[in-house]
Parts: sequence; structure tokens; C-alpha cells
Amino acid sequence: MSAATARVLDPARAGRAMVGVLAIMLFLTLLAAAAGIAAGRGAAALGARLSARATVQLTDADPAARAAAAARALAALRSSPAVARARAVPRAELANLVAPWLGSAADDPDLPMPALIDLELAPGEDALASARAVLARVAPEAVIDSHGAAVAPLARLLRLASLLAAAVAVLMVAASAAVVVLAARAGLEAHRTTIAVMHGLGATDTQVAGLFQRRVARDAATAALVATAAAALTAGLLVGPFAIEIGASGDNVALGARGWGVLAALPLVFVGFAALVARHTVAHALARTL
Amino acid sequence: MRRREVVSGRVAGIVQFEHVGLRYGQGEEVLRDISFALAPGEFYFLTGASGAGKTSLLSLLYLAQRPSRGIIRLFGEDVVTLPRARMPGFRRRVGVVYQDFRLVPHLSVADNVALPLRIAAADEADVAEAVREMLAWVGLSHRAAALPATLSGGEQQRVAIARAVVARPELLLADEPTGNVDEEMAERLMQLFASLNGLGTTVVVATHDPQLLRRVTAAQMMRLADGRLLDPTGALRFPPARVSMA
Repeated sequence: MSAATARVLDPARAGRAMVGVLAIMLFLTLLAAAAGIAAGRGAAALGARLSARATVQLTDADPAARAAAAARALAALRSSPAVARARAVPRAELANLVAPWLGSAADDPDLPMPALIDLELAPGEDALASARAVLARVAPEAVIDSHGAAVAPLARLLRLASLLAAAVAVLMVAASAAVVVLAARAGLEAHRTTIAVMHGLGATDTQVAGLFQRRVARDAATAALVATAAAALTAGLLVGPFAIEIGASGDNVALGARGWGVLAALPLVFVGFAALVARHTVAHALARTL
Repeated sequence: MRRREVVSGRVAGIVQFEHVGLRYGQGEEVLRDISFALAPGEFYFLTGASGAGKTSLLSLLYLAQRPSRGIIRLFGEDVVTLPRARMPGFRRRVGVVYQDFRLVPHLSVADNVALPLRIAAADEADVAEAVREMLAWVGLSHRAAALPATLSGGEQQRVAIARAVVARPELLLADEPTGNVDEEMAERLMQLFASLNGLGTTVVVATHDPQLLRRVTAAQMMRLADGRLLDPTGALRFPPARVSMA
């Protein structure tokens, strides 16, 4: 249908309210999606960073035996392919760790303190089990703690937040579709006389629905521009600093290139979706007329 | 040159009604047992008092509604059971001048007249030429850019007529087309209809104006009274094959 025919729908009756509502909906959808992506990436980064870390603790009461066991464990772990890096934590570092509770007593050389070994495990799901097996051979009394297990609840929380944000985004899209349906029906009512004239002149349902699709696509595109600008500004102000906080190893962008790509595509998908919903709604309504 | 097809000694109807009835909702029938056939290329006046059913009959002809009973054939096809998807094709072959004009208020006169051609996806150059010609035909070239609200009733009626005929319909239906114009314009409009009829278009003009009936002497009369078509001789139901070829 030509641009001239597209003017058949009265431009004065354009749904400015719908543009505003759609802009707000899309803005909230973008924020929810951004939060979901950031939380999901945060959980993944946290898991990746900490699941590869572990600490070996040797607590033998005899300092000499403890030191000997630590030396055996360190040597065995360093030669294990399951371990990327192993480092004995110096006593001074341990003293610093307990200083907040013990004060200057933490520096007492007679203070019994466990021997600790920091481990960075090699990639692979069975690295921790392998390291544990190595320790069982050379220092059976040693205890190994995975850092990933310690932060697992936090990672789970972040993943849950990510899923909730995705659910909110889906609900917002559904609500937007409902707004488009209502707007299309109101538009049909407002243009009832014109549509009757067009039908009388031989216009097909496809032609009439196409007019509404075009109108809604234009309104949705306007809404998308506004919402995208507002969401980009908000994401820049809020999500950017958050990215530094979660500081995923070397990745200082919380959303990542793929996340930004998803956010950039959302408004386009939104416009297309709104246009399709409008077309379907109008075609469905017209099918009930003669 | 007019050419009319003859079938079995009778003119094949461009429109055929067989025992057609129409009721709105659960009300009484406003059209009762209507049977007639319209021969192609003829000129008909549909007369009757106000409320006799003229507008209802026309609405069946331009497929604005389906009858409650009976059979309607348009251009040889049963349109009562016609699927919705095929209706636009039939509607494009019928031009309608509505009693209330039904111009699109925010479109200019030229765009209103162009609407049937644009709906039919005609080439824009052809549309412009046809609209120019049609506006000149109804004497409104100087108002091409005007909005309908700025026109007089008579001017709006002429725009409605131009829109109805711009796509050269095979059947032209006009509901009280001279109701808002003076004597001189009524004369002129009827000449326009007659000239269109001369080009082969079947014309049906609904009117209750007796003066109008005298303006096209070759026209046939269809008279409605209380929802029934008066056809004492049966000529409307079985139109004679007056012309086989001319």
C-alpha cells in the first residue's frame, strides 16, 4: 500500500498515550534485561574466579610435624597436573589475618597457627578431587576448602536474580503486547467509519491491517528511541559502576559485548513484535465483520 | 459501442435476486421476497417512499450485508455464500454514492477520489491522471486540495460521485445522489450518470424525487413499497432481451 493510502488513518488520532506507555514499558524491560544480564554474568564471573581457588589447611599441634607435612603437601601439589599454582601462605600473612582479633599477640612466634597453602586449580571439574587425592597420600590430616563452595550461595542468589529479571522482562513484553492490542482495538473503533469506507471500496483485511501495523510500528519506534536513550543513560550511570564492583577478572564491563548486543536488539524486536501484534489484532477483529 | 450478452432469450443479469429477504437482528423483515434481475448496461431508478427499503436493498447490492434468506448473484456468482476473502474483488467492481457521502474527512478531495484506485494498487501516475479527469468531470478541479469539511453539501456529493466512478465500475449504485444539490446540478449529475451508463456501466439510482425520474427517459423503474418490490408484469424478474448487440 502506498504512502498516500497510509494517510487514510487520521494522524490527529495518533495514540500519543500509547507511545508514552510503550516507552515506559520498554524502558523497564531494558532495565530488567540489563540487570538480568549483569547478574547472570556476575554469577558466572564469581563462580569462574573462585571455583578454581582452594586453601589447604594443616593443623598438626607439633610445629615441626606441621611444617614437614606442609612441605610434603606443597611439593606433591606442585607436581600434580590438577594444580596450576600452589603457594605456602607466609606466617606473617597469617598473623595479619588474625591481627584484628588478637592484636599484637598475633606476632607471637609461639602462637600456634595452622599452615596454609593457597591453590589455584587447573581447569577441569575433577581438579579439586585430584588435589584432595594427592593430599590424602602425602598429608592425610590436611583439610582442603574450595572457595567456590564458600561463595556458592551468593552465586546462586545472583543466578536467581538473573532469572527473576528475565521473568520481569518477559512479563513487561507481554504487558506491552496487551497495550498494543488495546490500542489497536481502540484505533479500530476510532477509525470505524474510515475502515467501513475502505472496505466498501474494496480494501482487503490485509490492506486495512497493514495501515494499523504501520501506525503501531511508527509509534513503537518512537517509543523505542526514547526508551533506549533513557535506558542507555541509566545503564551507563548505574550498571557501569556495578561492573567495577563485581570486577570479573579483567572484564570490567558488566554487560559484555553480547549483553549490549541483546539490549540493542531488544528495541528492534519490540517494534517488530508490536507491529505484528497490531496486525494480528486488527485482522482478527476484521475477520468478524462482513 | 454497447454489447450485451443474451442467454436463452433473456439478458444475463449482472445482478440477480431470488426471493431475498433481509431483517436486522430479530426484527421484522425490511425486505421481503425480493426477486429481480438487472441487465448489464441498463439504467434503473429505485423508487419508493422513505423507509420503503431502498437503502437496505442497495446495501445488499454493495455487499455491506448478507440477506437473511434468498439468493443474490452478482456478476454471475452467488455472493451470499461468497467467502469474505473474495468480497473485495467484487466490491471493486461496484461504485457506490452513499447518501451521507462517507468522504474521509482528513483526506483532500483529490485523495478521496484517488482512494479506490490506490486500494486497487494502481500506478500513481495513472491515479493522478484519473483523478484530474474525474474532478474536471464533476467541476471540482479548483477544489482538489480542499478538505471535505470546507465543501458545500453539493460539492461533497460530487466528490462522492467522482470517487464512486473513478475506477470505472461495472455497476454504479447511487443513494439519493441529488438530495443535496440544486436543480441545475441535479440535471448535470444525471447527465454524468447517463454518460457513464452510455459507456456500459449499469446504473441504479435510488430516489424518491419524482423530478429526477424524468431526467433519464430510457431508465427502468424499480418500485419498493413496504419492503416488497412491485413488479406486476414480471419484467424486472425476467428482463426481456431487448438488445442482443448494438
